[in-house]
Amino acid sequence: MLALRWRRGAGLGGGDRGVSKAAPPADPLGANALAARAASEGREALPLNAVERLVAVNELSRVFDESQPWISRLIDRQPRRLLRAVDGVDFVIDRGETFAIVGESGAGKSTLARMVVGLLRPSAGQVLIEGVDMAAAGDPAARRDVRRRMQMIFQDPYASLDPRWRVGDIIAEPIFAFGVGARQANGVARSPGKRAVAARAGELLRLVGLDRADALKYPHEFSGGQRQRIAIARALASNPDFIVLDEPTSALDVSIQAQILNLMRDLQETLGLTYLLITHNLAVVRNMATRVGVMYLGRLVEIGPTEELFQRPRHPYTRMLLDAVPDLAMSGRARTPVGGEPPSPIDPPPGCCFHPRCPRAVDRCRSEAPALIDNVACHLAHGDANWLTRT
Amino acid sequence: MTDALLSVRDLRVEFATRRGPLVALDGVSFDIAPGEVLGVVGESGAGKSLTGLAIIGLLDPPGRIAGGEIRLGGERIDNLRPAAMRRIRGRRVGMIFQDPLTSLNPLLRIGDQLVETIRTHKSLTRKLARERAIAWLGEVGIPAPEKRIDGYPHEFSGGMRQRVVIALALCAEPALVIADEPTTALDVSVQAQIIAVLKKLTRDHGAAVMLITHDMGVIAETADRVAVMYAGRVAEIGKVGEVVRRPLHPYAKGLMAAIPTLERRVARLAQIPGAMPRLSAIPRGCAFNPRCANVFDRCRVERPTLLAIGGRSAACWLYDGDAAPVSAAGTAA
Amino acid sequence: MGEAEVEPANAEALPPRSFLGRFADGDLVASFLSSKVTVAAGLVTAILLLAAAFAPLIAPTNPFDPAANFLIDSLTPPRFVAGGDPRFLLGADDQGRDMWSAILYGLRVSLLIGVFSVALGGAIGVTVGLIAGYAGGWVDAVVMRIADVQLTFPAILIALLLDGVAHALLKNSGRDETAFGVLVVAIGLSFWVQFARTVRGSTLVEKNREYVQAARLIALSPTRILVRHILPNVMGPVLVIATINLALAIITEATLSFLGVGLPPTQPSLGTLIRIGQNFLFSGEWWIVAFPSLTLATLVLAVNLLGDWLRDALNPRLK
Repeated sequence: MLALRWRRGAGLGGGDRGVSKAAPPADPLGANALAARAASEGREALPLNAVERLVAVNELSRVFDESQPWISRLIDRQPRRLLRAVDGVDFVIDRGETFAIVGESGAGKSTLARMVVGLLRPSAGQVLIEGVDMAAAGDPAARRDVRRRMQMIFQDPYASLDPRWRVGDIIAEPIFAFGVGARQANGVARSPGKRAVAARAGELLRLVGLDRADALKYPHEFSGGQRQRIAIARALASNPDFIVLDEPTSALDVSIQAQILNLMRDLQETLGLTYLLITHNLAVVRNMATRVGVMYLGRLVEIGPTEELFQRPRHPYTRMLLDAVPDLAMSGRARTPVGGEPPSPIDPPPGCCFHPRCPRAVDRCRSEAPALIDNVACHLAHGDANWLTRT
Repeated sequence: MTDALLSVRDLRVEFATRRGPLVALDGVSFDIAPGEVLGVVGESGAGKSLTGLAIIGLLDPPGRIAGGEIRLGGERIDNLRPAAMRRIRGRRVGMIFQDPLTSLNPLLRIGDQLVETIRTHKSLTRKLARERAIAWLGEVGIPAPEKRIDGYPHEFSGGMRQRVVIALALCAEPALVIADEPTTALDVSVQAQIIAVLKKLTRDHGAAVMLITHDMGVIAETADRVAVMYAGRVAEIGKVGEVVRRPLHPYAKGLMAAIPTLERRVARLAQIPGAMPRLSAIPRGCAFNPRCANVFDRCRVERPTLLAIGGRSAACWLYDGDAAPVSAAGTAA
Repeated sequence: MGEAEVEPANAEALPPRSFLGRFADGDLVASFLSSKVTVAAGLVTAILLLAAAFAPLIAPTNPFDPAANFLIDSLTPPRFVAGGDPRFLLGADDQGRDMWSAILYGLRVSLLIGVFSVALGGAIGVTVGLIAGYAGGWVDAVVMRIADVQLTFPAILIALLLDGVAHALLKNSGRDETAFGVLVVAIGLSFWVQFARTVRGSTLVEKNREYVQAARLIALSPTRILVRHILPNVMGPVLVIATINLALAIITEATLSFLGVGLPPTQPSLGTLIRIGQNFLFSGEWWIVAFPSLTLATLVLAVNLLGDWLRDALNPRLK
C-alpha cells in the first residue's frame, strides 16, 4: 500500500498548498474551465475549436472468439464461434457534452466503453482521443498524456475499490501514477510531495460530498452510494477531461441515484467535463444526456440529440424501448406491446438484426443489413420523420 | 378489511446477533384482498423481501418472527410447524424469486419440475399432470410448449425462464403469489412482457399478488394498492394512483420526486439528503426524521402510527390533526 | 456550485477494523476464542514454538556436543520408571544423550525446516500463481501442466528425488553442512504446486474485478498491479495453506530423516530420533521412540487444527 501518512487534522487540511484546481464559474462548454486548467498546468490554452471534437470513434469493432478449444473442434467438426460484440460503431463526442449509449444486455455497450478507454483492444477500427489514436504505435509520452485525461466510473461500487487499500490511498493512486502536479524545477520534474497529495485527496473527498477524515477508512465502511462517490473522487484525481460512466447508478437505490446524478451534473459544470454515459435506463438518459446512441446487438441503430430521439424516434427498436419503460407518470400514453427477446450475439439474425422482433419488418429487412444513414439504420426510416411518433 | 385474504398485523422480525437482537421489521401491518395486487416498494434495507420471506415461512435463522400475526384466509400461519407450513407453501401461497437462474434446478428438465410441483399439491396422474404442465407453459407464453417442456433451464433465455418460474408458482393454483423482484434481473423490453404475463395470469386465475420491488414504475403499471416501506416500517399505504401522484409521507414524496421520468428532463433531480439508516442505528421516534424537511419535535421522540387520511394511511405526524389511528391498515377502519 | 451536498453524520459507517481484521470479514479474535479446541491447539503450538526457540536455555544438556555425553549413561530409562535416573527426565538413548534435550533440539530443527521450506514453496508458488493467473494464455497453460505433472507424484517422492539429485550433484562434499539447505529446498519445491493453483484461481477472479481495471486504466505496470492490488487480496487462502503445509513439511522431513536421507545424526530432527529409537522398540527401550513420536504427533495435530480454524475463519461463505 502507498505509505502515505494520513494524519487526522492538520495534515489533511491546508487546501491552499499543493495542487489545487481552479473552480471557474459555471459555463457549459467549459471554455473558462479549459483556460483555467491550462493556466494551472503551465501551458497555453488551445483555442476551443481546435480540440472541440474530444472523442472520435471510427468503425470500431470487437470480436470475441468463443470457440471450443482447437482439438475439440477438430474432433466434433464444429465451426468457430465468433461473437461480434461491437460491429462497426462510429460516433463523435464534443467537448463538454454528455453522450449516452443506451441498449439492453448483449448490445455491446460495456465492451464499447472498455475499448474507448483502452482497457480492451479493438479488433478493428480506431478510437481517437483529442486526435491521438490510442492503439497505434507512436509517441508514448503523448499517449500517456492522453490516458491521463480520461477516466472511468464502473457499475459495481462494491468491486471498483480495492478492499485492502485505504480510501485516501485509492484516490491518490492516479495522482502518483500520472505524476499530476509534478513541478518542473530547473528542467527536472519533481513528483508532488506526499503532503500535497494527501491534501489534494482530502479536497477531492469534499468535492464529492464526503469528509476529509474518510481518507483513513476502508471501502467496506461505506455504503454503495458513498463508494460511488469515492470512485468519482478517484476519477477526478488525475484532472481528466473525459469520463466514461459505465452504468454508474444501476446498482444504487433511486434516492441515492438522484444524489449521484446531481453530483455528476454539478461536476460537469464546474470542471468542464465530457461524459460518455453507458446505461440501460432511458429516464436517466433523458435527464443527463445531450446526445444519444441506441445500440442493438453490437450495432448503432440510431443516434441523435436527446430531445429529438425521445420525441421523434426513427428506429423501431428505439420506439420499442420507449414503449417498454413502465409508465410511472400513469399518463396512459399509447404503447405497442413489445415482443420477443434480445437474441444471442453469437448467432445474430441475418439482414437487419432486429427484424425478428420488428413490427414493421419487410422482406428487404430479412436479407439486407441496413447501414447507418442519416443517423438511423433502418430501411424504412428515411421517409417521414414522424413515422413512429405517437401523440 | 374483514374478509382479507392475507392479513399481517404488527409483524416484528428480529435477528439474533452477538450484540443483541436486531429489529429488521418493526410493526408491519397491511392486508391483501382476494385477487388484488399489492405492491410493496422500498429501497434496499427497507425490509420488503424480509416481509415476503416471513409470510411464506422462509426466514432463515438467526432471523425469526418475534411478534405480530400473519393470517391467511383467517387462520394464523406464522406459528405453524415446518411440516404444516410446507403444505401451505405452493398450494395456497406461491413464490417467485428474483433470479430465474437459481430458481430453477439446472439438473432437472422444466417439465419434470412442473409435473413434480403439480403432483405434490394436486392428486393427478403423471399423464394428466404433464398435460396440465404443457397448458401452463402455453399460458405463460412459451411457444411450442409441447416441444419445450422437455428442455433444461439453460436452454431457455432469461425471460423464458422467468415465465417458467411464474408457471411453477401458479400451477398449484394458490390464492396468493408473492413475487420478490420478479423483473429486476431482466432487460426492460422483457420486463414489460413478464409484467403483462403476471398481470394476466393472476387475473385469470383469481390469485392475489404481493409484488415486492424497488421499481416504482413496475408498481405503477401493475399494482392496485401500494405500501411504501422504510427502515423496516410501513410509511404509507393506499391506492397506487393516489400514492404515485399525490404522496403524503415525506419519504414517499421525496422518493417520487427523485425518480427521473421518461417524459422530460428536469434541471435537477430532487434528492433526499443522507441515506436509509442501518438496522442497528434506527433513530428514535420516526425513522425518517433526520432526513425529513418537515421535521418537528414530535417526530424525534414519538414513533408515528399509521394514520388514516381519506382512503389511505401514512405514518407521519404531519397528518395527526384530524385523523384517527387505523386498525386495519390501508383503508379506513 | 463547487461542492455537492455533504451527507449528514454517517449512519452507515462500521467501526474500523484491526490490522488482521483486514484479511477477514468478521471478528477473528472472537472466532478464535469461541472454539475450545482451537484455543487448545493454539496454546500447544505456542508452547512448542517457545520451547524450540529457547531450547538452549531450557535443555539441561546439549545432546549433540560430543564432549558432553557419556556412553555409560546409555539406555537409561526415564526418571519416573524403575531404574531411572533423575538427570534424565525422559531417559537416555543408546549414545547416552538426554531424551528431553534431544527432543527440544530436534523440535527446533524440525520447526526450522518446516518454516523455511513452507516459506520457499510459498514464495515460489504464489509468484508462479500470480503470473500464470494474470498472464493467462500459453504461460498459464504451460505452468499448469507442469503443476499437474508434479501433482501426480507424492510429495515425499519428489522430495526424495530432489534430495538424491542434490546430493549427487554435491558429491558428498560437505554433505552434512548442506543437508539442511538441501532438505529445505527439496521439501519446499514439492509444495509450490498447491500454492500456485490456489493463487492462480483467485487471481483469475480478481483480475476481472473493477478495481483491477481501474488500476489498468491509470497505466500501472502489471507487476505493480500484481503486487500492490492482487496479492493482498489473494493472501487469505495462502495463509491457510501455509499453516497446513507446515505440518506436512514437518512430517515430510521426519519421513525423509526416518528413511535415512534427511539430516545427519549430528543435527537430528524428531524424525531422526524416531528412526534411531525404532531400533530399540522391541528390545524394551520404548522411551527412545515414544517421546519423540508423541511430540511430533502433538505438534502436527496442533498446527493442523490451527489451520482448520484459520480456513473457516477466513471463509466468507461460512459466516
